[in-house]
Amino acid sequence: MTLHAYDRPVSYIGASVPRPNATRLLQGRGRYVDDKVLPRMVHAAFVRSPHAHARILSIDVSAARALPGVVAIYDGADMAKVITPWVGVLTHLSGMRSPPQPALAHGVAHWQGEPVVMVIAQSRAVAEDAAALVDIDYEVLPAVCDMDTALAPDAPRIHPGLDSNLCWERKFETGAVDAAFADPTTTVVERRFTFGRHTGVTLEPRAVIGDYDPSEDRLTMHYSGQAPHMMQSVVSRHLGVPEARVRVVAEDVGGSFGIKIHTYGDEIATLAAAKMLKRPVKFVADRLESFLSDIHARDHRITARAAVDADGRLTAVEIDDVTGIGPYSVYPRSSGIEGNQVVNLTGAPYDFPAYRARLRVVFQNKTPMCQYRAVGHPIAVAVMEGLMDDLAHATGRDPADMRRINLRRDDSYPCTSPQGMRFADLSHQQCMEKLLTLMDYEGLKADRDAARARGIHRGIGLVSMVEVTNPSPMFYGVGGAPIAAQDGATARLDASGAVHVANSITEQGQGTETILAQITADVMGVTMADVHVTTGDTATVPYGGGTWASRGAGIGGEAMLQAARALRAQVLEVAGVILQAAPDTLTLVGGAVVDAATGAERITLRDLARTVYYRGNELPPGLKPELIATRHYRVTDYPFVFTNGAMASYVEVDPDTGMVKLLSHWVVEDVGTILNEKLVDEQIRGGVVQGIGGALFEECIYSDDGQMQNATMADYLVPMAGEMPDITIAHVCTPTRTSDLGAKGAGEAGTAGAPAAVMNAINDALRPLGAATLSQMPMTPERILRALGTVA
Amino acid sequence: MKTNAFAYVRADTVPDALRLYAEAGEDARYLAGGQSLMAALNFRLDEPSTLIDITRVAALRGIVADADAIRIGALTRHADVADSAVITAELPLIHAAIGHVAHPAIRNRGTFGGSVALADPAAEMPACVLALGGVMEIAGQDGTRHVPADAFFLGTYETALAPGELLTGVTIQRPAPGSRWGFAELARRAGDYAMAGLCLMIAPDRRDARVVFFSISDRPVRARAAEAAIIAGASVIEVAAVATDGIEVYGDLNAGIATKRHYASVLLRRELARLDQQEAAA
Repeated sequence: MTLHAYDRPVSYIGASVPRPNATRLLQGRGRYVDDKVLPRMVHAAFVRSPHAHARILSIDVSAARALPGVVAIYDGADMAKVITPWVGVLTHLSGMRSPPQPALAHGVAHWQGEPVVMVIAQSRAVAEDAAALVDIDYEVLPAVCDMDTALAPDAPRIHPGLDSNLCWERKFETGAVDAAFADPTTTVVERRFTFGRHTGVTLEPRAVIGDYDPSEDRLTMHYSGQAPHMMQSVVSRHLGVPEARVRVVAEDVGGSFGIKIHTYGDEIATLAAAKMLKRPVKFVADRLESFLSDIHARDHRITARAAVDADGRLTAVEIDDVTGIGPYSVYPRSSGIEGNQVVNLTGAPYDFPAYRARLRVVFQNKTPMCQYRAVGHPIAVAVMEGLMDDLAHATGRDPADMRRINLRRDDSYPCTSPQGMRFADLSHQQCMEKLLTLMDYEGLKADRDAARARGIHRGIGLVSMVEVTNPSPMFYGVGGAPIAAQDGATARLDASGAVHVANSITEQGQGTETILAQITADVMGVTMADVHVTTGDTATVPYGGGTWASRGAGIGGEAMLQAARALRAQVLEVAGVILQAAPDTLTLVGGAVVDAATGAERITLRDLARTVYYRGNELPPGLKPELIATRHYRVTDYPFVFTNGAMASYVEVDPDTGMVKLLSHWVVEDVGTILNEKLVDEQIRGGVVQGIGGALFEECIYSDDGQMQNATMADYLVPMAGEMPDITIAHVCTPTRTSDLGAKGAGEAGTAGAPAAVMNAINDALRPLGAATLSQMPMTPERILRALGTVA
Repeated sequence: MKTNAFAYVRADTVPDALRLYAEAGEDARYLAGGQSLMAALNFRLDEPSTLIDITRVAALRGIVADADAIRIGALTRHADVADSAVITAELPLIHAAIGHVAHPAIRNRGTFGGSVALADPAAEMPACVLALGGVMEIAGQDGTRHVPADAFFLGTYETALAPGELLTGVTIQRPAPGSRWGFAELARRAGDYAMAGLCLMIAPDRRDARVVFFSISDRPVRARAAEAAIIAGASVIEVAAVATDGIEVYGDLNAGIATKRHYASVLLRRELARLDQQEAAA
């Protein structure tokens, strides 16, 4: 009898096991930065610029310094002596420019909320008392806020050293675009889109403790973030501490969504203060300063058009994107990737020959904009899917048929898009058909039409999409950023037979540590309780990129698989010697080495480990006492591993009020091998909700002079459970050819597709009423009333 | 987001609270449910010298009904108002509105009197009190005085309360048998302050009508033109057409002036139509 995979009592890959760390977190035993209290620790608060653009004429800290409990006060000039400025450009984004950015504003403040003065005191409350006493004299400068007028020749310049407010421009063209649009037999649609600014709103705000030990010149950063090794390099570069003497520790992190992967002046200043004071300094952003200093996202104005021939086949797509990024390109990832993704991904699910794009990335006096969950994707998807519905309407086709005609065929891979994106192992056709079945598309259309007859306005929105996951070094490393695209994993057996693993990907609540334990337990034939996972500490985990761009499972997971397999091979080799058996006749089940043919237990992992560690004298001299393996993995052959999916939304719009009721949402996603369906589905649902946030609720509203108007949780509307629809999820599984594990990323698909689905559904609902097409996000009730002509 | 340093004292009786205020001076604040006050303190929009905790003043808590009127003690929590059988039976307008006051966690701590005394123009309870013609019971150094709701709400966070005075309760006459009522609001998310809201009380045979909008002006406002139109027997459409006549409407981030006027009209039209249907069915 041979053991079948299904006979193994512990087969974890693919099982929807609960998260081992949930118990700890739910019992309040989380170890977030603000939970840490170090001896002699002091607290920082920042005086932030109240103006979008202002020259700092004088800073008087005498009253603040006199307050009992104040330890130190630093301004931009003080910090400039100990922190070198950073420049957020990537060399492969040719022509991008951004001036050096100081940790604290120095001379000129460039956005409302930019840190200007740092106050350190015995408590945060005293630090805030003192901050209120700092007297700063500003000369208010003209603020450049609107990204269109920012490029006008007579616009005030944000940076005197630059000849305009343009950060970066990219133009490219493939195929005969003009000819396609000029062809009289084609149908052309054109639309202008506006995507508002929103932000991450993590449950745990940004937080940092700097802890410097002058006796060893060692700086420890307790960090709420996603990329410990990147921060280690950044901190070393700009504070002048040798990289190996900087330790970055990210224990529990309460959400990140991409906002906690950038260089923030207040965090670096906190580390610098710790170094100068030689005592720990803690900074925890409060909600108000989070809204004004966490990176914002999106902010695009786009004109796009598309043409189809008489058969409904796309012949050309053109897009012109202007995106506002605040006063600096954010370091070290740059603020160019968002727009670059938009122009690279627009139309990705479809097969068409001609494409033209122009991207302009523009400086403004607003909070810096940078990568946030599903970088660029929701924009690219909304633009293309909006145009697809317009084309369907213009040519009298069903929106589903419009997509069927143009989707890349499932048997066409590998292939390359007009933008040069290389696609493999995708399943657009399968996903769309599965979606239409899942949602009962024909039945839903009948329900919609019957409701219309009763004066109830419902609409259906369809979406096809891709998602960039598992990036190779072509994303950042190639452009000179200290960002690893590879990740590493170590697995070791301890003397009790338990397995300890460490991995350079990080956990922010998405279940990273769960899947690492699943993979390891599966390979090692132990229970998950016998796998102990460490992440987030540069002192103990292998070197790697961390968690971003939906790369944790695909890259860190593959490294874990390979490390666990290597450890397994070591165990079986030792077992072969001890048991006088060929290693390939043995396997690991239930915490023991068993006979592969019969399943009979031969030796427990505990006894094996004790033999190796304590009684090495029983082993032959040539056998190394090694029960530990480290493996690293990076994606080769492809710049990115794309995933794909299809999504639909069903909404009801009240034309009297502009209120939108989300009735249902469906997702079919192909993430390749599914490690834990529950975790994947949670990622998709959370992503959909975040996408709906951008579509209907979330917007950083600015006045004309650059003041954010809604920087509180009462005024900035995050999506809440009460308004969310049920989200039904199904899967198509096409493992990626780039790894043994076959897992693609799953973290951002929901966010990528949901806004377009909701937008198309609203427009479908409003079309019979003769409304103008909704193309501005968020689609607020008031904007819907304007589209209906109800209010001006 | 830390408050300034302040002194904390606790009152056990109303006279005790008034005495503590007199001792502390005008920079003192009464602390009841704290659901608005503590946020204002954390934002340092307000930096009081002393907080006078009145949450232990038992006389301020509870709902009492007699033959003519219902008295709601100022310290009665929103959650207790929501659970009150008296309110459900006698003042269904308040029962309908209270579920729209923020979220359960806030209703568990926030108080009825705190909401009325704060006079947020977007809050439901001040609008209900105005629509029901409630009378404010106010304790001060010179004794207790009574102020009708029509004279109480003066502007955004502005009321007839003088510094140091304490709202102790609100007395509401039982609506005449056969009175009809309506409540509706439009909020972007459940629990948010509304973009526009409506409280409606119509006496039998349209002898009287009180139409109150909230979240469209600087205070809960009576729509006098609409009230007159209802009493005069105008049609639903006619009443809705004059919904905001004579009202100074203010816009906010979610809805501009035109949108608020439109919403007020829609809410009134819908509630009146619903009442007409109800009447026709009965």
